[in-house]
Amino acid sequence: MQVSSHDFKARADKALHDPNLRQALSAMEKGFVSKRQAAVRDLPEFDALRDRAVEIKNHVLENLDHYLERFETQVLAQGGKVHWCASPKEARETILALLRTVEARTCTKGKSMIAEEIALNPFLAANGIEPVETDLGEYIIQLADEPPSHIIGPAVHKTKDQISDLFLEHHQKYGRTARQTDPQALVNEAREILRQKYIDADAGITGANFLIAETGSTVIVTNEGNGDLTQMLPRMHIVIASLEKIVPTIEDACTILRVLARSATGQEFSAYTTFSTGPKREADLDGPAAFHVVLLDNGRSAMIGTELQEALRCIRCGACMNHCPVYQAVGGHAYGWVYPGPIGAVLDPHFVGLEEARHLPSASTFCGRCEQVCPMRIPLPKIMRYWRQQAFERKLAPPPERMAVQLWAWLVRRPALYHFATRIAAYLLGRFGAERGYFRRLPLAGGWTRGRDMPAPSGRTFHDLWRTSGRGRGEAE
Amino acid sequence: MSSARDRILGSLRRSLGREELSGEAKAALEARLAHPTANLTPARSQLPHAGQVELFIRMAERIDVTVARIPGRDEVPGAVADYLASHNLPTEFRMSPDPFLDAIPWERRPLLKFARGRAEPADLVGVTPAFAAVAETATLMMVSGPERPATLNFMPDTHIVVLESRAIVGTYEEGFARLRTARNAGTDGRYMPRTVNLITGPSRTADIALTLILGAHGPRRLHVVLVDGEES
Ligand code: SF4
Repeated sequence: MQVSSHDFKARADKALHDPNLRQALSAMEKGFVSKRQAAVRDLPEFDALRDRAVEIKNHVLENLDHYLERFETQVLAQGGKVHWCASPKEARETILALLRTVEARTCTKGKSMIAEEIALNPFLAANGIEPVETDLGEYIIQLADEPPSHIIGPAVHKTKDQISDLFLEHHQKYGRTARQTDPQALVNEAREILRQKYIDADAGITGANFLIAETGSTVIVTNEGNGDLTQMLPRMHIVIASLEKIVPTIEDACTILRVLARSATGQEFSAYTTFSTGPKREADLDGPAAFHVVLLDNGRSAMIGTELQEALRCIRCGACMNHCPVYQAVGGHAYGWVYPGPIGAVLDPHFVGLEEARHLPSASTFCGRCEQVCPMRIPLPKIMRYWRQQAFERKLAPPPERMAVQLWAWLVRRPALYHFATRIAAYLLGRFGAERGYFRRLPLAGGWTRGRDMPAPSGRTFHDLWRTSGRGRGEAE
Repeated sequence: MSSARDRILGSLRRSLGREELSGEAKAALEARLAHPTANLTPARSQLPHAGQVELFIRMAERIDVTVARIPGRDEVPGAVADYLASHNLPTEFRMSPDPFLDAIPWERRPLLKFARGRAEPADLVGVTPAFAAVAETATLMMVSGPERPATLNFMPDTHIVVLESRAIVGTYEEGFARLRTARNAGTDGRYMPRTVNLITGPSRTADIALTLILGAHGPRRLHVVLVDGEES
């Protein structure tokens, strides 16, 4: 997809003033956050399973070369093929060449973030192959010609009314001329139209949640069953996966599966978890005749051994964005590339360059909720701080911002001066803000106050309050 | 130019600061793969078998799966006919060409009409066996093969699963352990069929304004006919 991360501030500003987006995002707390909470409460072993999941992925990353080679051996032994691709370009061309071998005119697609990462759809379309998204959310945004705004709910930014309009506009060619407003009727309409697409497709492309070294299996996790129809009806099944998706054994996948759905949607388990191994077997009555795995690196191998390594444990559950106050306010499109939210702030600078994405690691309140809920215990705030530091060292921020940071650093290293300055600032802000309790606007911080109010301080600094309350002297309560 | 494979493996080993694994380190990884063992499993399903069956039924209800429990195989036709009638569904279905289902005395309900084979687009009801079921989350484990085409799990609007209660296990890991035994798995990891489908409830989506709707692309209804049989 088109990269527009540099434009974060303007896009976030627009998002904050978009009533449809506000309405769509307001459903997230109930839809994701409370459901996750309930699922976690119902499984006493949840935290212990997280620890185990982290150990498994750490072990994999230390031995990734070995497990990848073993995975390839197993896929070959089962009659499939693995295609190693270092770059998005190699991956796109490999997929096109595979599709040419079956003279594909249309291919159905299950949801895949890697397909977004390599911008597969426009490339296929430009080469005369029609890609048909089958995950309902992906289908909706394909009709709207928009990128996904969330890694598990790609159309979470759309209201029901907007979807009604989209279907009305795009389904007329199938003879559907009534505007449906009931969610069930909307789902039925898409179901009926897409059913024929699965049957007509020449190839099906899916992503993978796991690659299993033990058996050479690829695993997808879905709720709709679209990934299954995508892979079982056409002649060819192509799996696109990045190389860190590997786990050693089926048992290891089971451990991570136990934290995946609970973290993502708050379900105990997603409706469909499918292990696919090779093409259809000799006497099978259904299944694809050909099975290919396109394995993408795209710079991941170089993340190992760096500050970014831990981000490779990510299982793309979306919990970090579901719980992020910034994401909840601005939505996914503001981030301007494939991965939004906290994990996007960590990954996007690596994939599209820090110059382009330097705002993303700063779009954080550092409240730490993302790390708290991340099933893979990825230190997202720490990695964001690393990027901020990099941006500072590489002089990517504009001079006023850099000067402010330098001034701050100078001040905090001089305690007496710091206390004096903050006391004056707290006093002034407290006096002028006392009546309203907040500031609509502040000098030199117009950009900051455009989208939010600044609460007025009490008039005294934290240090002062601490001292007078007696706690600063270590007295017992 | 070297192949992408060599470049990627080379880059990985540079990042890891080592050569290709050999000796003991390699042997340890190979042993881990040859003898997979379960990691931590939740206590929830660690019950006597009767308790696991109860747990399966309880968890099934939570995910919109209906269960009809019957004493033996002879009652299957009646249970299927009753379910179809209660939902005003046609008495016609497509069935897996599977010996266990073949042995059911379908003639007891002469109104039931069925064909064997893979699912076709017009099929409204599919009837399949399950290889195992996992009590932990009421997950059905379907193993593909010539007698169990996977399309039957996904294409018909209504999916009826005939499940023997002795096929219920506690955890996913126990299900896969049974699969390894059933397929005489050695230590080479070459025992998987084309697909293993873990199915936990009917098809669903929340992609329209986070409202839960059943029947997105797969079955709208999932019904389990739970057959107790002599053993359990
Ligand atoms: S970073 Fe953690 S919480 Fe965010 S998507 Fe990845 S695994 Fe989930």
